[in-house]
Amino acid sequence: MNQQLLTTALFVGVVLLTVGITFVASRQTKTAADFYSGGRGFSGFQNGLAIGGDYMSAASFLGISGAIALYGYDGFLYSIGFLVAWLVALLLVAEMLRNAGRYTMADQLAFRMRQRPVRTAASVSTVVVSIFYLLAQMVGAGVLVALLLGVDSGAVKNLVIVGVGALMIFYVTVGGMKGTTYVQIVKAVLLMAGSALIVFLVLLRYNFNLSALLGDAAEKSGAGDAFLEPGLQYGATLTSQIDFLSLGIALVLGTAGLPHILIRFYTVPTAKDARKSVLWAIGLIGAFYLMTLVLGFGAAALIDTDAAGATGNLASPLLAEEVGGGPGSLGGAILLALISAVAFATILAVVAGLTLASSSSVAHDLYKGVFKKDQPVTEKDEVRVAKLAAVAIGAVAIVLAIPAQQLNIAFLVALAFAVAASANLPAILFNMFWKRFNTRGACWSIYGGLIACVGLVIFSPVMSGAETSLFPNADFAWFPLNNPGIVSIPLGFLLGIVGTLSAREPSSERLYPELEVRALTGAGAEGAAQH
Amino acid sequence: MAHTEKDPDAGHYRADSAPIYKELHETPEFAELRKRYRGWAIPATVGFLVWYLLYVALSNWGGGFMDIKVVGNINVALVLGLLQFLTTFGIAFLYAKHSSKALDPIASKLNDRYYSEAGQ
Repeated sequence: MNQQLLTTALFVGVVLLTVGITFVASRQTKTAADFYSGGRGFSGFQNGLAIGGDYMSAASFLGISGAIALYGYDGFLYSIGFLVAWLVALLLVAEMLRNAGRYTMADQLAFRMRQRPVRTAASVSTVVVSIFYLLAQMVGAGVLVALLLGVDSGAVKNLVIVGVGALMIFYVTVGGMKGTTYVQIVKAVLLMAGSALIVFLVLLRYNFNLSALLGDAAEKSGAGDAFLEPGLQYGATLTSQIDFLSLGIALVLGTAGLPHILIRFYTVPTAKDARKSVLWAIGLIGAFYLMTLVLGFGAAALIDTDAAGATGNLASPLLAEEVGGGPGSLGGAILLALISAVAFATILAVVAGLTLASSSSVAHDLYKGVFKKDQPVTEKDEVRVAKLAAVAIGAVAIVLAIPAQQLNIAFLVALAFAVAASANLPAILFNMFWKRFNTRGACWSIYGGLIACVGLVIFSPVMSGAETSLFPNADFAWFPLNNPGIVSIPLGFLLGIVGTLSAREPSSERLYPELEVRALTGAGAEGAAQH
Repeated sequence: MAHTEKDPDAGHYRADSAPIYKELHETPEFAELRKRYRGWAIPATVGFLVWYLLYVALSNWGGGFMDIKVVGNINVALVLGLLQFLTTFGIAFLYAKHSSKALDPIASKLNDRYYSEAGQ
């Protein structure tokens, strides 16, 4: 059996399946509500699956299991942060956002503040967060495909990036939120089933004895017991320990500020369904991250991790090949191709969600809310602009992803989380819980958090001053941490407070009771679309 | 119109609230709903964030303790990590129970009142 042929066939299968789904969805997408929120007609369970599909990115599937395979226990800490973060979304954000907004993150701010400044700010940060996240996924796709096809050529990687970019533009412009949601549901099912199969086969080898698996992983890793203990990756110096703490804070607070996650709460008919979707998502995502533990330690125990690439990104696919019967066997070839195709589907579903979130914000917030503020905008017009924006954002992402291939995927995702936690979360929480909060506070926290976060990264070892930097020959790194969250997140909250207290905005305070009643009771909230 | 008062940046707000919102906001039921929601969600959030940060801090600086083996090769660090999963599931479950028991009935009553009075 020719491995490359089989893998290619399955990749083409994934593409055809998702394209087909998108065409079907396009027939049910007519109004703006259909395009932005799938007509708010999805059930809690469907949306829970779609949230899982939106959230469990290639960075989770390939990145976390790879990090565990290389660094042991320290890789597992990502899984925990990514999961616990969902409690912030469940307890503080999902239901109230569903009741207060319509299509975008900015809606709930614009509810009681000045439209232009808050919509512009929220839209800028939506696009920035989504682009960082998009770059991570597209770079990941390039690496994955090139390695699987056994060709380490820049041209192939670039071609894959362009292909993924074209596909995500297609999903969003043709299928809108409905198409994107179905693609995410299919991906979630494939990812869970594929991971469960590999986990089962790994555990079968060890007679379901986790301790024996861990012992084997520790021995093969060459690090011994240290492989199972915290600190192998981050424990070296106080700076790296603080860096790790900073990463942990960004992970746990970032999820509830990710625009592509937030807009998923609008796809269900009521706040109760939004709650149900998050509950399903927590169950699904929790189960998945528990499986990454077995995938990562399984890879450390069973495969030669040197072959998995410098960041371990290929650990899961190679583990699949091993438990399928090993390299050269039919079972191994089938499982390798299968898991690679699942990883590819994972990337496609996530990039579709990101493109949709950012193009919705450009059309609904910038075009309708800012540029055409005083003129009527027809739904048709708005959706047309959203589709144009999807094309533009896709093109920008392609152009940026090609040079971004030098950056570490996990780093790009962590940066997106840090920006979401620094810029978006303070504004969302203050708006819901603090009557006095106003336009200046929202703008200061969004722009301040965003600029602080990106600015600190520019002056960090990520950009210069170290061998692994983007510019290793220059040194303008005065900020010692790779993860800016520990500074930029408190700063985002602080700026929200200072900005608010330095301005009086009676209208914002007067509209707060309505926001609160709506958020907590659903009175006057947008209902499901009637067809 | 209330929203035309002297505010240098005013003029781009949505219209003022319908009176029904202010009315509902003043009801004791709404005050109770808000109290029950915040009284549960905010302490729970503080709780799980402290527990999570404690866990991250222990991973950094609690070497001797985290490395103790509990059963076979399973050490305290792994057990605490798995406990994070358990507490996350547990808090999510308890919140769902609290919402459907203590919050949803009041919320839907107020919501009904809104629709009957707003004539929608």
